Amino acid sequence: MSAAPEHAPTMAKMSLTERLAPHAPILLVIALILAGLVAIPATSSWLTLTVSGLAMGMMIFIMASGLTLVFGLMDVINFGHGAFVSVGAFVGVSFLLLLERMTGAPNLLWNLTALMVAIVGAMGATGVMGWAFERVIVKPVYGHHLKQILVTMGGLIVVEQLIIVLWGPEEIYITRPEALKGAITFAGAALEKYRLVAVGIGLVVFLAMRYTLRRTKIGLIVRAGVENGEMVQALGYNLRMVFIGVFVAGSALAGLGGVLWGLYQEVITAHMGNQTMILVFIVVIIGGLGSVEGCFIGALLVGLMQNYVAFLEPKAALISNIALMVAILMWRPMGMIPVVKAK
Amino acid sequence: MSDPILKLDNVFTNIAQYHILQGVDLTVPRGEVTMLLGRNGVGKTTTLRTIIGHWRALQGSVLFDGQDITKLPTPAIARAGIGFVPEDMGIFADLTVEENMILAAVSGAIDEARLQWLFTVFPALETFWKKDAGTLSGGQKQMLSIARAMIEERALYLIDEPTKGLAPAIITTMARAIKELKDQGASILLVEQNFAVAKALGDTANVMDDGRMVWSGQMSELATNAELQERLMGLSMEAH
Amino acid sequence: MLKTLVSGDTPRSPILLAILIVILICLAFAPFLFPGVRSVDTAARICIFIVLVASYDLLLGYGGIVSFAHTMFFGLGAYGVALASTHMGRGFDALLVGSVAGAGLAALLALVIGLFSLRVRAIFFAMITLAVASAVAVLVSQLSTLTGGEDGLSFKIPRALGPAFKFMDGEIFGVKANGKLLKYYLVFISCFVLFLLMLRVVNSPFGRVLQAIRENDFRAEAIGYRVVHYRVAATCLSAAIAALAGALYAVWLRYVGPDTTLSMEIMIDILLMVVIGGMGTMYGAVIGATLFVLAQNYLQNVLSLAGESVSTLPLLPDLLNADRWLLWLGVLFILSVYFFPTGIVGRLRGK
Repeated sequence: MSAAPEHAPTMAKMSLTERLAPHAPILLVIALILAGLVAIPATSSWLTLTVSGLAMGMMIFIMASGLTLVFGLMDVINFGHGAFVSVGAFVGVSFLLLLERMTGAPNLLWNLTALMVAIVGAMGATGVMGWAFERVIVKPVYGHHLKQILVTMGGLIVVEQLIIVLWGPEEIYITRPEALKGAITFAGAALEKYRLVAVGIGLVVFLAMRYTLRRTKIGLIVRAGVENGEMVQALGYNLRMVFIGVFVAGSALAGLGGVLWGLYQEVITAHMGNQTMILVFIVVIIGGLGSVEGCFIGALLVGLMQNYVAFLEPKAALISNIALMVAILMWRPMGMIPVVKAK
Repeated sequence: MSDPILKLDNVFTNIAQYHILQGVDLTVPRGEVTMLLGRNGVGKTTTLRTIIGHWRALQGSVLFDGQDITKLPTPAIARAGIGFVPEDMGIFADLTVEENMILAAVSGAIDEARLQWLFTVFPALETFWKKDAGTLSGGQKQMLSIARAMIEERALYLIDEPTKGLAPAIITTMARAIKELKDQGASILLVEQNFAVAKALGDTANVMDDGRMVWSGQMSELATNAELQERLMGLSMEAH
Repeated sequence: MLKTLVSGDTPRSPILLAILIVILICLAFAPFLFPGVRSVDTAARICIFIVLVASYDLLLGYGGIVSFAHTMFFGLGAYGVALASTHMGRGFDALLVGSVAGAGLAALLALVIGLFSLRVRAIFFAMITLAVASAVAVLVSQLSTLTGGEDGLSFKIPRALGPAFKFMDGEIFGVKANGKLLKYYLVFISCFVLFLLMLRVVNSPFGRVLQAIRENDFRAEAIGYRVVHYRVAATCLSAAIAALAGALYAVWLRYVGPDTTLSMEIMIDILLMVVIGGMGTMYGAVIGATLFVLAQNYLQNVLSLAGESVSTLPLLPDLLNADRWLLWLGVLFILSVYFFPTGIVGRLRGK
């Protein structure tokens, strides 16, 4: 039998700007790093700041990724996401305090084991909490943004207060595990060990998430569901179960972010989660709500910007990120990597 | 003929405050191509969406293979054995053609033999296998949408206007694909505005107007009776 | 006549009407009915929060827009008055300049944020306002040379509003006829006028379009209303009124600081007041603010008593600790969004 003639549109040769456009976000990160190199007098300081910026960016990404996916998949915006960051930090730190003998010893392996235990504990606790939060707080208000914002904010208040009930109202100071204290010197720049670890963990999470989204069926379902959930259901997949899974995973990641952030700041408070939400919201907005890649790039931009500007003019750090958000929204109103919705 | 594969009994569906379906009765016999015809806006798409469960019937029942699926969630309806090709094709533009197909194979991995068969029906799929589905042309997207429904055997296929806006050569491909599907023993409920295609493919025909079924019978009878066409579907049929 | 005053928007419930009249009488004659320093202070706070919460209701209840920058606008008015009074010297001209500048700046900022976020998705607005408001709060506490930082600014208000100023000899019904009394009535009358103004706005054609947009923005757009314009206009108006409330608050306290105007806690208080009182009703702001401020000042004592009575049990005393009242408010808040989305006013109106 003869095949029908193919419809084969010819493509005009694209100009350089057109070919660069899809990569513009990542180029922006590189441009920012180079701008930092120009603006910051000493190269060694620049390198130190770049590593801190990347570390901060990775941590924000870990906290923000769940939020953006949850939104993309079910159009649910969780203003209580910061609660998981706080709870993660408190649970994680409690584990670290219990394992004081392991964290206090100048032995990298013991230290990392203790850190892993703390992370697993924190992620387990926030994952379970995420499941409960979804059932009790979020589920009754599907499809209603206004109510979602209000009740998740209410949920945040309640969780913050419960943290105070359980752990007391005082902030808790913590020291990093012995082998992660201090810095190593590289090319004349002091690089804090802990920040390098944070960058490593962040990269692992990003790559694992990317692998899951691109190479596994559940990842395909999530990506397809962000675009057209109705069709995913019509193929026979129960999107609600997938959504709960993503919500739990996102909450657990926020918990991980909380542990890392707590050790980064070396102090934790019940309100720390909501404070980090400021940067998290900026990141998900400039990345494009629902886009994991956009979230990653946005987080790096925000982390680097924060550190460079804080070095040059400390008071302008947070404002500079607001300016960054404004600039990016002027350039791409739906964020750097806008998510195309079917409807 | 045995009992029908699908039977709608007095189905009412509202969308917001609008009464779209107002007592639809429809029978889809096994192993046949059943046409669902009528002017724009009379409720054909809503009928398909009610069957798959995107909209909920307020009254009446939908029986599939003897099982009441009226209140089942959409994924359960799909897994019971219904393939759905929506009017907007429902392509996942961010995913490649391959990923679209992997996703469509709900019960596990893609059946290689069936995929090869699909490649002979739609050669374009093989050509663009690794490309993002969003970059395909309208006709190629439509082929992907139908191929996606066909990658696993289903007892019933709901296909909504597969030839809409396509070039004549591609319409021929579509028609042949539907024919092959029928030859394999599947039942098909087809919404179609192109009367030539409907005439060529349809075994039985159902004509809707204003949210109700106004005529049901053999396609051949409708095809040969110009006065009946005129009365049921007005001038819109002549335009094709 | 009364009906015209409230723009035809009557309470529509005898109980609600009765409560509102009681609140009005109590506030109007507070210095005479409750002559203590603390109770007059509470009354003034109630007045100011009624305006603040009502201006938030304009946005949330009528426009369907969630903002987390309302305290920022509140603060702009307060800092406007404080800075003007510090730099221009005490005087009514400084109060006027400060209030107008604060309100103008608030409206301008609201315009910019609104154009940026509402143009794309209404949900952006909530996130962007949260980020911007937090950044401003941090900035205000950092720019200590201008704003006094964490300590805030204390400033002098016109002599005519101070306790040393006597506008007539003797007493009126046992209350000293001094500037303090004048200050209370400046606050009360300004708030009363602002509230009536907002009632007028929500019952004007503009207010009706806003509600139509809240119900169904697609349809409103289809009918031909420029949804974004209406939403941005509502945002600006709401911001300006919040700033004026802030200006009054600063005058009342003769002080402004991050904790009294800009903090996230106050933002959450506003949310609680508007939801518990009743969104989209205006009168809900009156009920919500009155209840909340009273509870804040007096109910904490009750809670601590309850905490002491169970002090032998584990965990319960912690949960009932007076400092934990926000926990219970949070629970109440969630429950009211679920079960009484129209709040107390909605309940009283039988909806």
